[in-house]
Amino acid sequence: MAILTKDEAEQILKKVIGFSKADGIQASLNGNDGGNIRYARNSVSTSGEDSNVSLAVQSYYGKKSGTATINEFDDASLEKVVRRAEELAQLAPENPEFMEPIPQPTYGGESKTWAEATAKISPEFRAKVAADSINPAAAKNITAAGFLDDNRGFNALMNSKGLYAYNKATSANFTVTMRTNDGTGSGWAGSTAADVSKMNPSLASKTAIDKALMSRNAKALEPGKYTVVLESSAAADLVRLMLNMNARQADEGRSFYAKKGGGTKLGEKIVDERVNIYTDPWHDEVPASPWANDGQARKRMDLIKNGTVANLFYDRYWASHKNVAPVPFGGNTIMEGGTASIEDMIKDTKRGVLVTRFWYIRPVDPQTLLYTGLTRDGTFFIENGKIKHPIKNFRFNESPIIMLNNLETLGKQERVVTSEGNPNGFIPSMKIRDFTFSSLSDAV
Amino acid sequence: MKRRDFIQLTGMSAGAMMLPFSSFGSPVDVSRLLEPMLDAAQKKQLADIALNTTKSLGATYTDVRIGRYLNQFIFTREKKVQNIVNTESFGVGIRVIANGTWGFAASNSVTPDGMKKTAERAVAIAKANSKFQKEPVKLAATPSYGEVSWKTPIVKNGFEVPIKDKVDLLLATNAKALEKGANFVNSIIFLVNEQKYFASSEGSYIDQDIHRILPSFNVNAIDRASGQFKSRPGFSSPVGMGYEYLDGKSEDKINGPGGIILYNKSYDIVEDAGMAAEQVKQMIAAKSVEPGKYDLVLDPSHLWLTIHESVGHPTELDRVLGYEANFAGTSFLTLDKWQTKKFNFGSKQVNVVADKTQVGSLGAVGYDDEGVKCKQWDLIKDGILVNYQAIRDQVNIIGQNESHGCCYSQSWSDVQFQRMANVSLQPGKEQLTPAQMVAGVEKGIYIVKDGSFSIDQQRYNFQFGGVLFFEIKNGKIEGMLKDVAYQANTQEFWNSCSQICDARDYRLGGAFNDGKGQPTQSNAVSHGSATARFNGINVINTGRTI
Repeated sequence: MAILTKDEAEQILKKVIGFSKADGIQASLNGNDGGNIRYARNSVSTSGEDSNVSLAVQSYYGKKSGTATINEFDDASLEKVVRRAEELAQLAPENPEFMEPIPQPTYGGESKTWAEATAKISPEFRAKVAADSINPAAAKNITAAGFLDDNRGFNALMNSKGLYAYNKATSANFTVTMRTNDGTGSGWAGSTAADVSKMNPSLASKTAIDKALMSRNAKALEPGKYTVVLESSAAADLVRLMLNMNARQADEGRSFYAKKGGGTKLGEKIVDERVNIYTDPWHDEVPASPWANDGQARKRMDLIKNGTVANLFYDRYWASHKNVAPVPFGGNTIMEGGTASIEDMIKDTKRGVLVTRFWYIRPVDPQTLLYTGLTRDGTFFIENGKIKHPIKNFRFNESPIIMLNNLETLGKQERVVTSEGNPNGFIPSMKIRDFTFSSLSDAV
Repeated sequence: MKRRDFIQLTGMSAGAMMLPFSSFGSPVDVSRLLEPMLDAAQKKQLADIALNTTKSLGATYTDVRIGRYLNQFIFTREKKVQNIVNTESFGVGIRVIANGTWGFAASNSVTPDGMKKTAERAVAIAKANSKFQKEPVKLAATPSYGEVSWKTPIVKNGFEVPIKDKVDLLLATNAKALEKGANFVNSIIFLVNEQKYFASSEGSYIDQDIHRILPSFNVNAIDRASGQFKSRPGFSSPVGMGYEYLDGKSEDKINGPGGIILYNKSYDIVEDAGMAAEQVKQMIAAKSVEPGKYDLVLDPSHLWLTIHESVGHPTELDRVLGYEANFAGTSFLTLDKWQTKKFNFGSKQVNVVADKTQVGSLGAVGYDDEGVKCKQWDLIKDGILVNYQAIRDQVNIIGQNESHGCCYSQSWSDVQFQRMANVSLQPGKEQLTPAQMVAGVEKGIYIVKDGSFSIDQQRYNFQFGGVLFFEIKNGKIEGMLKDVAYQANTQEFWNSCSQICDARDYRLGGAFNDGKGQPTQSNAVSHGSATARFNGINVINTGRTI
């Protein structure tokens, strides 16, 4: 029963709300069917499926609230979970920041997050994806390690103020690392989509094999500042790190978005004026739920407009405290791109580095959004418009803010698979000047 | 636990609905947490249904894990309690070998019928996967232990301490920080109880009750005029103990160099919050470091993370063999290096042990998640790489016939695999205190508590930050420094280790959330050491102007 229809979910939630004796109640019902296959050393290592539905109930008396959940759905269980949430609410101390649930907002249009093709993925399909990755690798003395993960699920939310929201979604993600059997070359690629028919795992495997072969016997280059051509995955893994634009942290002075002397950087130009980043739940390539976790309507919203901070996220408590409208977090990230291909950007580079992806990215200084991490699985030296040779991996110490101030060229947008964290993003490749590499790594 | 889930629980979006997270259970009320569930005899009956089912379907090996996982979180900031959450997760995971191939299935239906169906599914998956298997699984033998049990030796069960007492302690912590001038303070208590029942087709029935606790805080200082802000976390560690960790006994306090107070086997959270509020202001005013080579004196509250990343991970055999190539990465400690029996991982002072039995550690259990009795073993002996961390289906690859006992799954719903044991640097054999160590350093930096961290996918190149940095000049602690991070190559770093303080200074650090695998699973692990000195390490300045 993991995927309930809008009507089935509504029937269960109406019963739950009907059991309430508290001042108010909000209930969410979520279900997911997932499947995956993992392979390494040119052999399948694990594969499995999981299925789960659960109900979370939050009851409140004044500013005291409690939450309980259950995964049984007979009437007695539904009543039990409501009573349990009410007991917890009575025990809890008052939270002056508690906000009552909201009445029904208007959601703008039908959700695009469900794709039938993804919903129909079978164990045989997963096995074929693995085989189509392992076989071409083995034929070229390469060892494949990869992972395909597919999900179909629904979320439904109802409260005692009359709100009912429902959305169902699918997703599929594929990543693969190809290593030459002598251990001197490694390549990586990925593919992701809500609709699996838009994915091309075989092409990703071919790209990763080519990169593994091209990256053999890398030479060392001196660390320093370089012009870099960042493939979309590498670019996205840094861009996503500047988007925790929480208004409260900025107002409190403990975020990059806090302004020196007081206030926030809202309205301030922080990066190159060609940078435009927004969120839009109805985007065709990276669709997201039209409503946020608490039921607020999502809409198309600029985050960075012409290099300027266009919006910060306000939770409902902080919005009421600051007397502004709440701004919920978006469900995707779209950065406008240009027309240049990776090849165009290489052709246009006298001396630089092509980066496939970054890895182990961690914050160093939140005041400047400085991060460190390493290049991985395909790093190449560019000279006079051509890829000259593979190079050893670099550690970088860089801020996405500095990076986007040093923007040279915007490439084409892509649905991105990133190394760490999934931004559900449609983000361009890009060319950046003066990117800071601080040391060399021997890792392949 | 996944970091993303943890952040959602902190109530950062106050008033928002708390959604259930399959990876670590569902919120339940406190009274229910203390209700007894199935007893060992009932669990044995249910496990036997699964064992008989898989045997009749041709499985050559089966293990059944019936697990109940309880968590409690209390989150506060300044004078407010943000959230109190109790979670529970109960179910069964069944792993089999059929046609020489692993199969795994899990269900929250822990009934005779549910056990049978899940057992059937596990065998079916093994048979389906066997089409892709190149070599059949080879399991190292392990004794049958019969019906046995093991418990974390706790004094006080944190789940039984009234919520009000825990809330009061956290609010007192926050009040102390605010009184001493902090701008903001968050604090938490996080309790874990894993009730795990393991049964195998080899005749072991193992009942275990495991406890862990993490109390901590974060104190902020903000200078709006200059736009600077700093945070100082608590000097606690997550530990495999009960609520007695919060007793803050005077014998567990350590007076470190630079006038700081550090903690060993129990923790005074209120006192530490007061110290933190004073130190965090000094962190803003500190001198920005001059980049260059320094001798580093690393406190155990910092060094545990460097050990974790640069010794713990590269000695995991699954990484060495390539099973983690697409995610966490591989390892520079390849089998050929180990086979030489003379690969100098570190200097002669460097002795590192793996251990799943150390009292108070996060990794301590009686038996691992495939029924192997836990032990301690050497990884690095007098600087030489001597062994890896491996489990039953791996040890044959390194010519050994006994599992090391470090197999773990984060929940009943996830398949168990090789996870890091507690990996610890042994203390020095000669008497040496941190103060004596500092006195011998001409140009150095004394670093306390873990901070920023990053390391490559084969564990060669790393960069670590910290929390408190003190400049050492001619054997004396001068003032505080800021913008400090050090970069090194793992082998060069451990070969630069010139001194390790003695056992009196030995302490544990650790983490609840070491991630590995796809889908990712969390593992809780401790790392012990005494203060140690590393000569001539490259220090960079991380300050930037935007």
